Amino acid sequence: MPTPDPLFGALAPALRVHGERLGVLAGNIANADTPGFKARDIDFRNVLQGVQGAQLPATRTQPGHLDGGGISSVGSPTQWRVPTQPSADGNTVETPVEQAAYMDAALRYQAALRFIDGRMSSYRLAIQGS
Amino acid sequence: MASYSTLELAGMALAAQSTRLNTTASNLANANTVAGRPEDVYQARHPVFETVLIQAGHAGVAVREIHQEQAEPLARYQPGHPLADEQGYVYAPRVDVVEAMADMLSASRSYQSSLDMMSTTKDLLQRTLETGRG
Repeated sequence: MPTPDPLFGALAPALRVHGERLGVLAGNIANADTPGFKARDIDFRNVLQGVQGAQLPATRTQPGHLDGGGISSVGSPTQWRVPTQPSADGNTVETPVEQAAYMDAALRYQAALRFIDGRMSSYRLAIQGS
Repeated sequence: MASYSTLELAGMALAAQSTRLNTTASNLANANTVAGRPEDVYQARHPVFETVLIQAGHAGVAVREIHQEQAEPLARYQPGHPLADEQGYVYAPRVDVVEAMADMLSASRSYQSSLDMMSTTKDLLQRTLETGRG
């Protein structure tokens, strides 16, 4: 189970998850015209809990089983987007929805970055004293 | 970091959409190109997109093939045309200009949204690089 970062707490994993979400949403926008492509998204709250190790551990019945805790890559727990208007070619990307989600993720990423920056300034002030 | 692969995704999308813009432009440009034999007639081309995973969960896009239509050409009776065959026919491609225009609009919108995504990602990366400077 990963230990929480003493300096930045949940901010560093939050930044990573938002970055990962940006990648997934970028894939959706890139595949807006690919037949049969299914749009996906990351549920930030669930993934962050997974990254922080707050999820319940998986039951292991054999010593060789993986423990399932401490997700190393946050790429896996994505969820399918349910389209409001299904299209004939099986593509579930709705570009405006994805653009809005992308902007949302970008702003959250910037917010996390701003908080990290603030923490850094505080630590610098504490170290240098001026 | 995730944002670099986002730039790569945007680049792939731009490449795919510009292929689509090119083929559509070629379809439009050749909508009125006639030929003397039915087999020489221009056939409309369409790129076929497919999803390419560049890393776990990051879906890129690539052009799998350029599909060429096999439509029956339109025979026009124009005996005075220099390309006309013995029966006086020239053959024109069956390109739907309105459809091609709609395709062009759709491709250029998709191109724009990928470009917007790219510039947002660039801003984010730049800010990330400047963290802790102030």
